[in-house]
Amino acid sequence: MTNVSSAADTSAGPVSTGPAVRVGGNPFRFFLRLRLGDIIAIAPFIIFALLFLLIPTLGLVVGAFQDPQGNFTLQNVMDLATPQIAASFWISIRVSVTSAVLGAAIGLAIALAIIRGKLPSGIRSAVMTFSGVASQFAGIPLSFAFLATLGRLGLVTVLLKFAGFDLYKSGFNLLSFWGLTITYLYFQIPLMILIIAPAIDGLKKEWGEAAATLGATNGQFWRYIGLPVLWPNLLGTLSLLFANAFGAIATAYALTGSSLNIVPILLYAQIRGDVLHNPGLGAALALGMIVITALANIVYLVIRTRAERWLK
Amino acid sequence: MAEEFLRIDKLVKAFGGNQVVKGVDLSFNKGEFVSLLGPSGCGKTTILRMIAGFERPDSGRILVEGKDISGLAPNQRKIGMVFQAYALFPNMNVADNIGFGLKIAGMPKPQREARTEEMLQLIGLSGYGKRYPFELSGGQQQRVALARALAPSPRMLLLDEPLSALDAKIRVSLREQIRQIQRELGITTVFVTHDQEEALSISDRIVVLNTGNVEQFGQPFEIYNRPQTRFVATFVGTLNTLNATVADAGAKTVTLGGTTVTIPALPASARNGEAVALTMRPEAVSLANGATRDIVLDGKVAEVSFLGSVIRLKVDLGDNAVNLDTFNDQRTPPPAHGAPVRIGIASSDVLVLER
Amino acid sequence: MKPAKLWSWLIFAFGAAYFIVPLLATFEFSLRIRREGYTFDAYTSVFSDGRFQASFSYSLIVGVCAILAGLLIVVPAAYYVRLRAPHLRPIIEFITLLPLVIPAIILVFGYIRMYNTSSPLPLLGTNLGTDILLTLAYVALALPYMYRAVDTGLRTIDVQTLTEAANILGANQATIIAKVIFPNIIVAVLSGAFLTLAIVIGEFTIASLLNRQVFGVYMQNVGANRAFEPAALAVISFVITWGAMGMIQLLARFAPKTARRD
Ligand SMILES: Nc1ncnc2c1ncn2[C@@H]1O[C@H](COP(=O)(O)OP(=O)(O)O)[C@@H](O)[C@H]1O
Ligand SMILES: [Mg+2]
Repeated sequence: MTNVSSAADTSAGPVSTGPAVRVGGNPFRFFLRLRLGDIIAIAPFIIFALLFLLIPTLGLVVGAFQDPQGNFTLQNVMDLATPQIAASFWISIRVSVTSAVLGAAIGLAIALAIIRGKLPSGIRSAVMTFSGVASQFAGIPLSFAFLATLGRLGLVTVLLKFAGFDLYKSGFNLLSFWGLTITYLYFQIPLMILIIAPAIDGLKKEWGEAAATLGATNGQFWRYIGLPVLWPNLLGTLSLLFANAFGAIATAYALTGSSLNIVPILLYAQIRGDVLHNPGLGAALALGMIVITALANIVYLVIRTRAERWLK
Repeated sequence: MAEEFLRIDKLVKAFGGNQVVKGVDLSFNKGEFVSLLGPSGCGKTTILRMIAGFERPDSGRILVEGKDISGLAPNQRKIGMVFQAYALFPNMNVADNIGFGLKIAGMPKPQREARTEEMLQLIGLSGYGKRYPFELSGGQQQRVALARALAPSPRMLLLDEPLSALDAKIRVSLREQIRQIQRELGITTVFVTHDQEEALSISDRIVVLNTGNVEQFGQPFEIYNRPQTRFVATFVGTLNTLNATVADAGAKTVTLGGTTVTIPALPASARNGEAVALTMRPEAVSLANGATRDIVLDGKVAEVSFLGSVIRLKVDLGDNAVNLDTFNDQRTPPPAHGAPVRIGIASSDVLVLER
Repeated sequence: MKPAKLWSWLIFAFGAAYFIVPLLATFEFSLRIRREGYTFDAYTSVFSDGRFQASFSYSLIVGVCAILAGLLIVVPAAYYVRLRAPHLRPIIEFITLLPLVIPAIILVFGYIRMYNTSSPLPLLGTNLGTDILLTLAYVALALPYMYRAVDTGLRTIDVQTLTEAANILGANQATIIAKVIFPNIIVAVLSGAFLTLAIVIGEFTIASLLNRQVFGVYMQNVGANRAFEPAALAVISFVITWGAMGMIQLLARFAPKTARRD
């Protein structure tokens, strides 16, 4: 699980990304002490979470193991192993991993440049503000923007052709793996910048100076101290970016129609009843998506708890 | 006799037109423990950071063993540094923190571990190697920071207010430990502090700084007993001031509280009838019960502070007031508040500060 | 020092190019509708389209309803977690973060199965029910941001002291929340509200699967049938997002600068 809270609750030292599941006090004692006022205050939240987050999701998980009569079956999950569905999982994972890794790397580079690169201070706040906007500029309009930029009639395509380079003849296609990845980066990079900036602020200036007096070069500082300290944050953000791309559908749908069969588009078509005509298979698709996003987060949690004993 | 190790030559540094180091000249000997002492903002840290290489001087030179180090980057200077906020690497345990400089220098692992263990023993933390910084107290962290700085055997050690984040008790014990380790290793050390007691207690010599200038450079004994400027006299230790009038400049006599006394320290430039400030330390003033002193004055006890081995009395002399220290004596309770007392001062203990 | 600074500039320039070029290209594209030269006709065409006005105002209404419903759900919970049950915090925070990892398409798929006409709670059976479901779905999407904004607002004020003061003055809990806590966190809440609006206004997946004619669905329609109007819509969307986020920046200046307590 990943925590966008970093921006809000940065304290000194490394920023915590992810919910530290602390066991504090005895929850039962608390429930015994509940007063009516408490229940009224928390009830709407709990009921909402149950009815509109937890139960619908769990219902899908259960549905993936039921046949139309409601009996237990593994058929739906096994049906996922068709070449078409496997291929769409594969392309979804590739797009999500690539856009998450590139987004994280480029976002980190930009964040480092504006925070530690001795650029004028106005640039930092301008970039942060813009990142806030761009990270929310996704979905349908984003696909329009990239069609107008890198589509067959897009400005960049036209200008390149004018300069003697035919982008599309060279093998590029916006409605492809790389096209989608480049488009996703438009919200992945800003998201990375927004989340990692407070963590970079948490790197103390004295760590760099102490490393220097001990003979370390700038590169050695980043290798032994800077990146390891940022590592839990990087990993957490990476899994958030992955989930962000993996579940995204609007951009891809408006961009490619159904020519690029990523899993969400397949599921979308399934829900609309356009193809497959099998409700159990739809639930299995959903289960597949849930499992993959959950795995990404579990991998993050495991690495984090194993490798980062120094985190308080 | 003493061998010069570090030389600072007409060092000047300004931040955005505001000169914070104004032509500082200093020369430190090999193996010496020197404190830079001064109020906050007087430029101590800036001087230290120029020695370490983090700030570039506007003009002037810094020479180590006769060689100008201005061209060297901080990581080439072989100068260890300890920071106020410890600055331990949070992702490394104690042993890895201490061994970091050795690893960077390419020392093989077995030697590195041996050296790390040696350093852990030096700071009295053997057995703590596997702990992470957040598992240590402030004092322990600062000792690790000291060991980390010393492990690669730097040619000089810089400490920037290393004790000011610690509790009073730990501050005293750690400063003694730092001094002891420094003596053991014989490493030339520059210690920045704004705490005059700290500087007086551990330094071979003290540089008193004020607004980017060196006010005085000397041993603690000289700094305390023979301050050369009014700033040093007031900044270091407590000082009493008595207002007097010059009676006869040639004979070095002044009038004070109706009596005329000889003040050997009266400067030759004093003119008859001029107002002068006579100053002396609290311990130079005593209760003159019967004993004969050069200067004897009558007053009333205004305040009594029991400090343990010493009792500090504030005596109201009408137009003046002085603080005086007497040793605690189990058999004699101190005078009560408001009690009339007679005080005595040896005129040879009196300093005269110009303006 | 020098090469590091050069690198910073290079990286910044690269980033700036990647982010600014599509905006310029989109704007340029939106002006290309007439062969004769650049005109704003694509915008005129969009603005005069009845479906644009209808879908946009529908999205706006749903957005505002989602904000209000979200506040009703989040403010009391965040307040009580801070004041009475800090040890429940990890659980509550975990729940508020779920929408970041459960994709919207999964949520809506779950809703469709759970609230269909043959279910105990057949929200999808009526138009109003579907509208309510859409609104609550948007509350779920905005939950991480809304909760965080409110929680940050609560942290900047001294909840404990204010509550005790109000208690001593004889106010009951509801009055405390309405008259004391709420005005104090209004700035933070408004930030959360504008962020919600930015998320909701262009949303496509959920609305499309619930068959609601929201602005996002309208845009998708236009995109499938027109050439230049989509670019104009993208520019309009970007301006709206910028406006909503700009409001947040503006609000941040008015945020109470009270010391943080935790
Ligand atoms: N990087 C800097 N930029 C601008 N002014 C600075 C900088 N570093 C220090 N100063 C100023 O220089 C003066 C001396 O600072 P410093 O050497 O840190 O003092 P000290 O360590 O004696 O307290 C202070 O007025 C401080 O504000
Ligand atoms: Mg300082």
